Amino acid sequence: MDILGILIPVSLFLGLLGLGAFFWMLKRGQFEDPEGDANRILTEDYDDKPKS
Amino acid sequence: MTATFEHAKPGACAACNVAPAAEHLAELPKDATLMLSLPGIHCAGCISGVEKALKAFPGVRSARVNLTLRRAAVEAAPDVTAQDLTQLLERAGYEAHELDPGVLATTEADRQGRDLLMRLAVAFFAMMNVMLLSVAVWAGAEGVTRDMMHWISAAIAIPAVVFSGRPFYVSAWGALRGGRLNMDVPITLAIVLAVGTSLYETMMSGHHAYFDAAIMLCFFLLGGRYLDHRTRASARSAAQELAALEVPRALRVTTVGEETVPAAELAVGDIVRVKPGGRIPVDGIVTEGQSELDRSLMTGESLPVYAGPGTEVSAGEVNLTGPLMVEVRAAGRDTSLHRIADLVAVAESGRANYNSLADQAAKLYAPGVHILAVVAAVGWWIYTQDLRISLNIAAAVLIITCPCALGLAVPAVTTAASGRLFRKGLLIKDGTALERMSEADTVVFDKTGTLTTGAPEPVGLDSHPDEAMGVALALAEASSHPLAEALSGALRARGLRAARIEGATEVPGYGVEGIWRGKPVRLGRAAWVGAEAPDVTATFLSLGGEPPRAIRFTDTLREGAAETVAALKASGRRVILLSGDTRGAVQSFADRIGIEEVIAEALPQEKAALVAQLSEEGARVLMVGDGLNDTAALAAAHVSISPAAALDAARTASDMVLMGRSLAPIADAYTTSTSAARRIRENFTIATVYNVLAVPLAIAGLATPLIAALAMSMSSITVSLNALRLK
Repeated sequence: MDILGILIPVSLFLGLLGLGAFFWMLKRGQFEDPEGDANRILTEDYDDKPKS
Repeated sequence: MTATFEHAKPGACAACNVAPAAEHLAELPKDATLMLSLPGIHCAGCISGVEKALKAFPGVRSARVNLTLRRAAVEAAPDVTAQDLTQLLERAGYEAHELDPGVLATTEADRQGRDLLMRLAVAFFAMMNVMLLSVAVWAGAEGVTRDMMHWISAAIAIPAVVFSGRPFYVSAWGALRGGRLNMDVPITLAIVLAVGTSLYETMMSGHHAYFDAAIMLCFFLLGGRYLDHRTRASARSAAQELAALEVPRALRVTTVGEETVPAAELAVGDIVRVKPGGRIPVDGIVTEGQSELDRSLMTGESLPVYAGPGTEVSAGEVNLTGPLMVEVRAAGRDTSLHRIADLVAVAESGRANYNSLADQAAKLYAPGVHILAVVAAVGWWIYTQDLRISLNIAAAVLIITCPCALGLAVPAVTTAASGRLFRKGLLIKDGTALERMSEADTVVFDKTGTLTTGAPEPVGLDSHPDEAMGVALALAEASSHPLAEALSGALRARGLRAARIEGATEVPGYGVEGIWRGKPVRLGRAAWVGAEAPDVTATFLSLGGEPPRAIRFTDTLREGAAETVAALKASGRRVILLSGDTRGAVQSFADRIGIEEVIAEALPQEKAALVAQLSEEGARVLMVGDGLNDTAALAAAHVSISPAAALDAARTASDMVLMGRSLAPIADAYTTSTSAARRIRENFTIATVYNVLAVPLAIAGLATPLIAALAMSMSSITVSLNALRLK
């Protein structure tokens, strides 16, 4: 049962990591335009330089 | 703006057909100065096309398209106007409209949605972890191991419950302070009691702790809340978008010239110029100019009326032929649009006491649960004289009777139903509208602008000689009056050639005149060409000495109107046509579409009174209308629908808005709403059955945390799945 001492903190840490990632996505507005994002990867414009 | 909101357009790419605007979490970029609505965009090509076109325009710093909301946010130099950009996009082949960013104040709803989502995420995280720990307890962990699991569960669950359950606590507190009971009171009590007794049990190293049940309760109920919020937010944002499309502007005439100002800034006594084709922004009196006015949105009359100096005009009317100078008598909030608001407020009070299915359920449920829990606790206390056991039983009863399924029963169904109807082009503005729709047994239609598109169509052209029609065509082409345009279009379609007319000029407010083979010819109003005015829409042609010829018009049926009326009659519903138009026009139209009950020349008050009278007789009225004259009737009806082209006031007063041009979604709405109401009832039944099965266990003291968790998740999942069976 000693293994629980490691497993429980590890599972909690991973869960918190996921929760943190979700908050980060929410804050960055990654759910603002789900349809647009799905379509943007299909655009045919080549961007030669990074967007300023 | 008539044809702009067909969100449900079949797209060229698969992604276009995904429910649009459902995720309304977007926050507009802070520095965006201009917002454009792009109802036609649907795929990757459109995004880059629009963005490229906008960025190439001088002065535009950045442009970003949001495909989900079909909008573009443009950051540009102050001298770039939205009009420049919409014209630019129209040339590039994209339908574009200016949006008023002030009206799109969606940040409050966004913040709320984001807040709920965050609480939902926390509840999910905590639920999953506590559940994992509980599995060990359910599997038979003993002694110290069990206590450790309980303590860790408590450490996770208590902060999570405090944070994620906040919406329930706030609402329950509000209800209690007001001396009422709502759904949130038993929820809050269940959560508090469950966490409290579990904590005590954990300290006393007892067997049962309900931390998993408490957090699960939060999660499922928050899920219901979030669905509910999303449905309402997306409906609200689409409704706001319709309002934002109308940016009222006026051309104010001053001593130094003309300037464009927002209609709200006009003051009484100002002079505004209304161009032909423009909508009159204010109430006032014509001081200069002659023209004809289309009053169909205000009164339901399909025939344009003459306007000259001294004519009173009101906001919302459309100026047809000549420019008018109008002296402002009332602007902004004081216009006739606003005056009708009183009428609407009175009419609406009748609907306010509608008792939704959810309310009915809550009314039965909330006291029932409390009584049950108290009875169980008191009974056990008398039996065992042990407060700890009786509190445990009370907590178990409250958790088992968990309103999870009840909390999900309505939102799951309404979300599924409004998503389905949104794709078909019908926007549901009110949560209980579907329930009310399913009860409606009488349908009252307005004529002009609702069953008809308001665009006239000439009839009986064969009875006139081709020569005369050639003259009519030549004269009609000199005007942009809707009757003239309809006539020239119809004549062109018949392959006629225009006769040679010299000096064809439009006399605003009257018609067009010119010289044909040395004789004066005229096309226009009855009195002007010397004819008797008939009671149907008509224009007159006079050729020199000949008696004037009448060219009659009939209204064009709105797409799907005939089918909708036929389907409603076939399903045994009473259909009534109620119009403010002249008797002859209304009767001939009713015969054409097949409606027997006809009421013509109805004033706005009469319309509302008739709807109220029908309701008193026990009918549940569905009102479909678009004009200002329908607004009070829309508000008085049991449930109401208006087309997207309707006046802002009418759309505000109605429960549902048709986004496209067709009336066909009304029939779909009937099917879906009937199905939805049935699903809601079924869901309540399912939830009750689960309770009836599990409550005796809880009262008998046999409910373990495992049984609580199973009952809760099973009932929630069954209810959600049942909602998806919606037709």
